[in-house]
Amino acid sequence: MAAQFDGKVALVTGGNAGIGKATALQFAREGARVVIAARRADAGEQTVAEIRDAGGEAIFVRTDVSKTDDVKNMVDTTVSTYGRLDYAFNNAGIVLDRGRTHEHTLEDWDQTMGINLKGLWLCVKYEVMVMLDQGGGAIVNDASTSGLVGGMDRTAYRVSKAGVIMISRVAAVEYAKKGIRVNCVCPGTIHTAILDRMIAEDPGLLERASDQEEMGRVGQPEEVAECVVWLCSDASSFVNGHVMPIDGGFMATRLSY
Amino acid sequence: MGGQFDGKVALVTGGNAGIGEASALLFARDGAKVAISARRATEGERVVNKIRDAGGEAVFIQTDMADPEQVEAMVETTVSTFGGIDYAFNNAGIVLDVGLTHEHTEEHWDSTIDINMRGLWLCLKYEIPRIIERGGGAIVNNSSGAGIQGGEGRMVYRVSKAGVNSMTRTAALEYGRDGVRVNAVLPGAIHTPILDRMEIATPGISDEIHGRMVVGRIGTPEEVAEGVVWLCSDAASFINGVMLCVDGGTTAGRFYPLED
Repeated sequence: MAAQFDGKVALVTGGNAGIGKATALQFAREGARVVIAARRADAGEQTVAEIRDAGGEAIFVRTDVSKTDDVKNMVDTTVSTYGRLDYAFNNAGIVLDRGRTHEHTLEDWDQTMGINLKGLWLCVKYEVMVMLDQGGGAIVNDASTSGLVGGMDRTAYRVSKAGVIMISRVAAVEYAKKGIRVNCVCPGTIHTAILDRMIAEDPGLLERASDQEEMGRVGQPEEVAECVVWLCSDASSFVNGHVMPIDGGFMATRLSY
Repeated sequence: MGGQFDGKVALVTGGNAGIGEASALLFARDGAKVAISARRATEGERVVNKIRDAGGEAVFIQTDMADPEQVEAMVETTVSTFGGIDYAFNNAGIVLDVGLTHEHTEEHWDSTIDINMRGLWLCLKYEIPRIIERGGGAIVNNSSGAGIQGGEGRMVYRVSKAGVNSMTRTAALEYGRDGVRVNAVLPGAIHTPILDRMEIATPGISDEIHGRMVVGRIGTPEEVAEGVVWLCSDAASFINGVMLCVDGGTTAGRFYPLED
């Protein structure tokens, strides 16, 4: 059966775990050749192996998105290996749980911004350059509902994600006429390895978190992946600069503009 | 060919033209039985015949959204014809070509609010219990970028769509745990019969809109329909209470040419 992304190339940063991994697998299932970029090689190679075992094509490129040379190399390797770059899911990011605003250290701030914000901009910068030459493409950036609402923790993380939302909107407007669509997803509470680590420390957490959720459950990485893939597909050809919450209804109760 | 909506029933209000028609056809293509409601029977029957000619099942139910009894009857006829409702696209609405706020008449106000807002609420009121009976489903309301942005003219249309957004968010929260997801689509400038009528009323308006588009073109009804059908699908299972803008970037920001 012909898949919708046959002949296409997708790049997923942070594609070695959680939402990134689920998205990489979904791109591959739809026929794309997939480049997985991440810092940890073992987990990245594991995702590549899963894609190959299922009959797909994938490579891993070890990348720290906070380093310009790494990002350049990631995009260059994508093009030299597969000849093009059609879709990018910029998902690599970190969450440092460092308490309230005055409790953050300069190091927490710089590290979060270096990876989540400047790193994502570098990804967009070099991806767009390839897509401009090619005459089109689609980019999805991974923000968070934390970038849309305040809270009692993780200031630097929230600020970095608010910035990701704005990068997405600006790039969407700038490159729309060049055939490049840029959107972002804002996952709510999703059951990833990060949540599993928190549950290991606090076994009642999942039940409490689910109970607080508007739909009575947390989301799954695959539910975010479905949206990322749709936002790259031709079905969303007129969706651009959109900020898509994937949160079961969390944002519907909050001020959002 | 098996479709993702085999055995499912979709109701599309205002399904006789434009975005509603495109959505009805897409639901049918993906296997759903489709109930099409609208005021104008000829146009509605035309879409029903298109679906039947392609091997699908569809029925037309003549409905005026301003009449509460007709809205209730629309839902009940859908259920008695196809056995239930799984998805609804509440799309029926009007855009009156009226000027500034002080130029609106009470007729402008009442007819727009009655159809776009009260009519849509009545749709939700009667659809939701029927969807819960089926064990869950999804509703998409057709709003507009005009519901989240100010602009010159057509104030009551903007107000009605802001109301649709609020209803969407509220219903999403109220029924999410019953397995009913409620979302909205916010189309930007789309090439529909409404736009054609605007061009007749205000010659040159299409070009003007075109020139303002971030993406450099006006969208097609099919591009909105894809969003509607996707929001109803299982792929969107954790998406609830969102406003999906299908506008090529219009609500993301303003485009202006840079000097080289």
